[in-house]
Amino acid sequence: MANVKLTNVKKVYSNNVEVMRDINLDIKQGEFIVFVGPSGCGKSTLLRMISGLEDISSGTLEIDNQDVTQVPPSLRGVAMVFQSYALYPHMTVYDNMAFSLQIAKIDKKEVDAQVRRAAEMLQLTPYLDRLPKALSGGQRQRVAIGRAIVRRPKVFLFDEPLSNLDAALRVATRMEIANLKESMPDSTMIYVTHDQVEAMTLADRIVLLSAGNIEQVGSPLDLYANPENVFVAKFIGSPAMNVMPCIVETAGENTQIKVANTFSINTPIASPAGDSGKPGFFGVRPEDLALAQDGEPALLEGEVSFVESLGEATLLYITVPGLEEAVISKQQGTLQIQKGDTIRVTAVPEKLHLFNQDEQSYRCL
Amino acid sequence: MGQLAIAFVTMTLGVLACAGYFYGSNALLDSIFPSKNRPAEVIARNLRIVNQVRPWLFLGPALLLLVFYLFYPVVQSAILSFYGRTGEEFVGFANYIWLFQSGEFLESFRNNMLWLIVVPTLSTFFGLIIATMTDRIWWGNIAKSLIFMPMAISFIGASIIWKFIYEYRSGGDEQIGLLNALVVFFGGEPQTWIQIPFWNNFFLMIILVWIQTGFAMVILSAALRGIPDETIEAAVLDGASGLQIFFRIMVPQIWGTIAVVWTTITILVLKVFDIVLAMTNGQWGTQVLANQMFSWLFQGGGDYGRSAVIALVIMALVVPIMVWNIKNANAEMEGR
Amino acid sequence: MVTSNKGSALNLVVHATVLFLVIMWTIPTAGLFISSIRDKDQLSVSGWWTALSASEQQKVYRTAGAESEIQENGVYVLRGNLLEGGSGEVTKFGISSLKPEAFAPGQEAKSRRDVRFKVMENGDYEVISEKSFRRGVRIFYTAEIPPRFTLDNYRTVMSSEGLGQSFINSLTVTIPATVIPILIAAFAAYALAWMKFPGRALLIAGVVGLLVVPLQMSLIPLLTVYSKIGAFFGVDAKGYVGIWLAHTGFGLPLAIYLLRNYISGLPGEIIESARVDGASDFVIFRKIILPLSFPALASFAIFQFLWVWNDLLIATVFLGNTEESLVLTGRLRELLGSRGGNWEILTASAFITIIIPLCVFFGLQRYLVRGLLAGSVK
Ligand SMILES: Nc1ncnc2c1ncn2[C@@H]1O[C@H](COP(=O)(O)OP(=O)(O)OP(=O)(O)O)[C@@H](O)[C@H]1O
Ligand SMILES: [Mg+2]
Repeated sequence: MANVKLTNVKKVYSNNVEVMRDINLDIKQGEFIVFVGPSGCGKSTLLRMISGLEDISSGTLEIDNQDVTQVPPSLRGVAMVFQSYALYPHMTVYDNMAFSLQIAKIDKKEVDAQVRRAAEMLQLTPYLDRLPKALSGGQRQRVAIGRAIVRRPKVFLFDEPLSNLDAALRVATRMEIANLKESMPDSTMIYVTHDQVEAMTLADRIVLLSAGNIEQVGSPLDLYANPENVFVAKFIGSPAMNVMPCIVETAGENTQIKVANTFSINTPIASPAGDSGKPGFFGVRPEDLALAQDGEPALLEGEVSFVESLGEATLLYITVPGLEEAVISKQQGTLQIQKGDTIRVTAVPEKLHLFNQDEQSYRCL
Repeated sequence: MGQLAIAFVTMTLGVLACAGYFYGSNALLDSIFPSKNRPAEVIARNLRIVNQVRPWLFLGPALLLLVFYLFYPVVQSAILSFYGRTGEEFVGFANYIWLFQSGEFLESFRNNMLWLIVVPTLSTFFGLIIATMTDRIWWGNIAKSLIFMPMAISFIGASIIWKFIYEYRSGGDEQIGLLNALVVFFGGEPQTWIQIPFWNNFFLMIILVWIQTGFAMVILSAALRGIPDETIEAAVLDGASGLQIFFRIMVPQIWGTIAVVWTTITILVLKVFDIVLAMTNGQWGTQVLANQMFSWLFQGGGDYGRSAVIALVIMALVVPIMVWNIKNANAEMEGR
Repeated sequence: MVTSNKGSALNLVVHATVLFLVIMWTIPTAGLFISSIRDKDQLSVSGWWTALSASEQQKVYRTAGAESEIQENGVYVLRGNLLEGGSGEVTKFGISSLKPEAFAPGQEAKSRRDVRFKVMENGDYEVISEKSFRRGVRIFYTAEIPPRFTLDNYRTVMSSEGLGQSFINSLTVTIPATVIPILIAAFAAYALAWMKFPGRALLIAGVVGLLVVPLQMSLIPLLTVYSKIGAFFGVDAKGYVGIWLAHTGFGLPLAIYLLRNYISGLPGEIIESARVDGASDFVIFRKIILPLSFPALASFAIFQFLWVWNDLLIATVFLGNTEESLVLTGRLRELLGSRGGNWEILTASAFITIIIPLCVFFGLQRYLVRGLLAGSVK
């Protein structure tokens, strides 16, 4: 129903800490946007600025092509679902959902119809007369969502709505939110989480934040395959990408690098000529590191210092001489490799990542 | 019946007027700056104005009352203390000089100090003991209710209750006061307890201890229940005895609460005058500051200057305790 | 709590100690109550703990005079009952104050003027004389009177001692003086806890600071202002509005402090959620804050009720000491002065003043405890 546009948005709290620096973001109508980032990076702050609960220190916010920077929350046409549900504990499920409509002095019949429709959609009809304390966590979360739906907002805002649920329920509710989105293709949704699985599965586009900055915006697969910098590369994916310091030996169409002074690697990634001889970072995802066949040239070689068997996969921690951190390799199934074995690993050239000394990816320069 | 009706109407009017203010002022605000059926910018502007004004509508009555009933009087008392009995002629420090030279002031000051030491200490002590013990017996809640009960009784009512206990009958008459009856039963001489110099102060203090112990007990009992069981269990495993657990594990953990209880009662003690007024009216060496001030306020037409000085002394005594208490509370909050 | 497992001996000590303390704490009130329902003659001669046993009383009875004498067989006779129909047993009687126990019931006593007295155990007497009685004669007697419980004392104080009026006065003072401060404090507490405006922190500090001001300090300046206002409007400076506002003013610092503590502890997301839902602060206050802070409001209400009901100082100063305006505590104090020795009046009056707070207290004490805790232990 509406697009959301942030231009040069900043947030400075009263203690003069700048928690958001110059955010520019264009969200199209009907998009499902997920904000992810480490704890304290400002996801909630950004979301609350969009909702109007937090003042915008400078910059502008537009919703539906209207400048709403100074508009109070209730007039922005947004609905928010909080992590703690924020249900009114003294009102029944029905009253919780009807509250905003009653305040807007909407006709009783209309309110009733809206509430029942939302309850139907979320399978809450049997619980309409209950108080929130008589509901399970998942049901409470659905009431909170229902409360948002009833208002027919232009933009839905979710702040970590699933983090109070246990693992199984989290998966189920995640599916429900995905279904909800599908049934309301026109509504814009902004969703905050620090769980990258949620981000990957739900998002049309992910906004990755760190310390008040946007690190990268893109589709989940884009962020996975083409991280713009080391931070994104390490944040997306589990276990995190192996990133190790290297020296750029020859820059050019194909960049030749040296890792740990031993391993020369030729990557199909272009780099500016001037970077020859400079330090950089070389990255490869654990799941892309395969065991090298006999005779096949190895990317890296080292001693297995630790083996983690997860059942469906095995994680090998390889100590490579000259590297501080162990390199992790993720192999399918179970293996006959033991601690102390020396192994050689390799990877397809397209899956390699190369970053310059400022941690920016050469692929995206 | 007529009286009742008038009383009822008065009450209703008073309460309605107050509720009416809040309803009316907020409705007025919303109607001057409407937030419906207007262009969006107008609504946004109106809402911003409303949000700036409304806090002061909410706070208004409270601020007015606080300033008028508490803040202004403090300033005014300070000024009055330099004026004569009617508050009209300036007398400089005469009231202060009078105060510090008057024997009655020294007596009430000494007595107040006694009260300050004895009442909070005994109340807190008994409160702690009772809280600890009632927590471990099945009828503890009933016991607590009964001990808490005097909290509901007015000081003046309590004074009558205790006056009856201290009642003295002269000659060979049968004693109807419980205390003298007990004394006689054990072969002693009955006494007019509230006239025995110096010790009579303690007979008055008992009344306040009797009232305040329940308060201390309830607060401390809640604090005791807040102590994590694990710490006590750990101490039991470490081989601590019951008393050791009490003094070395439990008391230190509720130290903050003990301080709060102690200061609350201390402040109350400084303000209490009803008991002295009703029991002895300050005779027989039992005067305290609050009652002295009260009697200077009314005695022989009243002396505003002198009672203002005494009021200032009372306040001066409370301030350090309160400052200490606020500091404590702040430190505790920061620690969390 | 770890239950003591040091054997039953220690447990027994605990039970005994608590029992002892409970008795110590309840006996004064119990004594007051029992005394207040005893017969006033018994009350003044024996301790209340003897209330259940019979008491022996020495008394004087004056018979009626000539107007009720009957002429029988040429002699004049006075008949009646010493105990006036009450139960009891006369054990001795006498006809002179020197020998009040000279005769046993059933015996006949003869005075110097040849008047014959006869008293039976049940108190019936017969006085016979040759000449007409000019005035009543005195009979001294000792009687065993069984315990008598009566509500007479209450009837007396409610009607003739003005306690009924004072009771109404107390209610008229107390109820608005409880409700008004709660309303005002709750609004202020909400503003201080959840609304944004400049100077908020300063105001909170100010409220805490005012907690220390002793009441006594305010009396003189306020009295002056009150009488000026009264003179200005040509009304009595001492009235209900004045005392309501005074109690409100004095109760506010604690009320705001306690309620703000509680209200700021409510989950912020609920309030924000309501704000996003389009509720104004007034609606949020009414529909969300008020219902959710009921426990705190109730507890403060009880606290304030007890404090106002039991207050003597403010009532004396702002409502005055006149017969129509005395509240219960003031009345009690006056009785203490004027009827210091009449324990039947004092005990009954005292019990009337404490009965309402006791009911409020026992009915709602769990809220009281919660409210006290909100302010101190958190
Ligand atoms: N009222 C405030 N005053 C000052 N700093 C604040 C305030 N609220 C938040 N911050 C700071 O702003 C930063 C961003 O906070 P925010 O709540 O947006 O983080 P977040 O990304 O949502 O983290 P989480 O995943 O833990 O919820 C934090 O460093 C926080 O300390
Ligand atoms: Mg957050």
